[in-house]
Amino acid sequence: MKHLTQAYRALANRHGLGAALFVAIAVTLWVVVFITLPQLSMLDYSFRFNLPADQIGTDADHYTLSNFHSFFFNADGSLNTLDLVILGRTLLAAAIVTLIDVLICYPIAYILAHGAKGVAARLMVIGLILPYWINEILRAFAFRVLFGATGVVNTVGMQMGLWDVPVDFIRADVALYFGLSYAYILLMIFPMYNAIEALDHTQVEAARDMGAPLWRVHWRVVLPIAKPGIVSGATMVFMLTAGALAAPQILGGPSNLWFTQVIYQWFNESSNWPRGSAYAVVLLLTCISFVLLMMRVFKVSVGEIGK
Amino acid sequence: MPETSPVNSPDRSVLLDHVSIRFGNFTAVDNANLKINSGEFFSFLGPSGCGKTTLLRCISGFSDPTEGRVLIGAKDMKGVGPNKRPTALIFQHLALFPLMSVADNIAFPLEVRGVSKKERRRKAEELLDMIALPGIGDKKVSELSGGQKQRVAIARALAVQPDILLLDEPLSALDLKLRQHMRTELRAIQQQVGVTFIYITHDQGEALTMSDRVAVMSKGVIEQVGAPDQIYNRPRSSFVASFVGENNALKGVVKRQSEDMAALETPMGTFEARVGGGRKYKPGDEALLFVRPEQLVPGQAENAFQATLSRQEFEGATNHVFARAGDTELRVSMVNAGLAGSVGSKGDTLSLGFAPMNATILPVGQIASEA
Repeated sequence: MKHLTQAYRALANRHGLGAALFVAIAVTLWVVVFITLPQLSMLDYSFRFNLPADQIGTDADHYTLSNFHSFFFNADGSLNTLDLVILGRTLLAAAIVTLIDVLICYPIAYILAHGAKGVAARLMVIGLILPYWINEILRAFAFRVLFGATGVVNTVGMQMGLWDVPVDFIRADVALYFGLSYAYILLMIFPMYNAIEALDHTQVEAARDMGAPLWRVHWRVVLPIAKPGIVSGATMVFMLTAGALAAPQILGGPSNLWFTQVIYQWFNESSNWPRGSAYAVVLLLTCISFVLLMMRVFKVSVGEIGK
Repeated sequence: MPETSPVNSPDRSVLLDHVSIRFGNFTAVDNANLKINSGEFFSFLGPSGCGKTTLLRCISGFSDPTEGRVLIGAKDMKGVGPNKRPTALIFQHLALFPLMSVADNIAFPLEVRGVSKKERRRKAEELLDMIALPGIGDKKVSELSGGQKQRVAIARALAVQPDILLLDEPLSALDLKLRQHMRTELRAIQQQVGVTFIYITHDQGEALTMSDRVAVMSKGVIEQVGAPDQIYNRPRSSFVASFVGENNALKGVVKRQSEDMAALETPMGTFEARVGGGRKYKPGDEALLFVRPEQLVPGQAENAFQATLSRQEFEGATNHVFARAGDTELRVSMVNAGLAGSVGSKGDTLSLGFAPMNATILPVGQIASEA
């Protein structure tokens, strides 16, 4: 608190009271109203029964663990494999999508930071940003069209004689993986680009000069520098992918539910907000734990991600 | 370290065979044609933008010559990448890897060649001993001082015993004292390992003190190649005369020439001087006479003239005196005679002169600007 007061006083002295006030209000709004309060109310919901309106505030309205209990166990005491498997599959799929994005984005970020110059670099950035002017749902539908039975992929593939009957890319979740990998690619590229750009290019040349083949130059020289950027990007992509709703809804196979879709069902179709909240809390906590675990594995601190 | 046996030492020469390097319409290196001998300390000296770094990158394999060939150890290097050449390059900012320890940095070239971890460690220790920094292998690069980083970079470059070590102004980031110390040290290391050193610099002090031979470059052209004293005492062009060391240039008209001596008529009088570069002049040709500040001696009878002392810059051992003769301001270096002697004060008349052998007549050409 003391540091905070100091920081604001310094701000007020340098830029005047108005600026300090604006920053103070904006930060407070952001942290309290947009982040803390909704999460707290969600947490509060998750520990309550799903009661009819006239019973709210009565003796029946007290805290309970039943929502979490019913995530893990069925009514008969057996393990709730249905929901657990969906959560597990969602996390696995999100991890795979994150990995795909790392593999796609690393070369792009490297070329952007060290290969492309002037006009070429600017064109590359514009080319990356431009598709994101289009609505997320629209982009998801575009992928559905692309991978549909009469879509471009099937048409081209069959005309080239690669396969005879249209492949159901939707059911095989191919479309979903493509769509999700594509959806958050920018959030992977830019932190990576930031990290790699800090690398002095003569280090790459020095490594080359000392006889290192390209893969070793990247493994020993570029990757260590890029690591915080990769982790930062991977965290965002993983979190957003695990929490994505539109792409799984539109591109997911009929038999595969995404965990967010389960949450959505509890909120909207079952009107059971407490149960939905509990599931959302479970998703949030597992995601955070997973990310922290990965950061431990790759030896990256939270501070480095903020760079 | 490589034991250099004179009997079967490898050919560590570099031949630049009519090398030109162009970028679009810009000629960075124009027809460089010279041989750098095996085991030689060779410097390319020139102002920034003269093409010396471009030439170095071409020798190391980062770029190809537009015309001509680069031969290392008599082998044509066309199409051979920097990772396949027997050269090691020390970059201007050293390019040590910040996230690796000192030992890992030094052993990186060995790691590339698949040397075992234990052997790499041993070799790194050995190289650290050579550069007189034993026991710092586990330190981070950021914990080293400028001079230590410098030496670590040299050790890393020598780890795989290259035939040619290329150095791109590696001392430019150091402070003056350290720079002078590193000159001596670089020269000593070069003598010890017997590797051919090709050194790029804009600092003539470095080039002259360390090198066996120096090539002076200007605007992509190699103006002169020779031993440091030749470059200094026998410049072949006005650029070399004015770029290397301080020099006074007097413009005049040739009156007569006999063999390698000539007389030049200048506004300050007619002076006898040596003809530079073995050139022939006709009477009436315009030319420049270069005479160094330390060759202008008070009381010298030959080529005598009078000048007025206009200002002094005192630099300890040397007193830089500026004397005006007509429209020309001349620089005169005088050894500080201590309290016993005085060069005089502003407005005094000085009688100066110089030996004809110690002045050079050169064709009118490019004059290196100050700094």
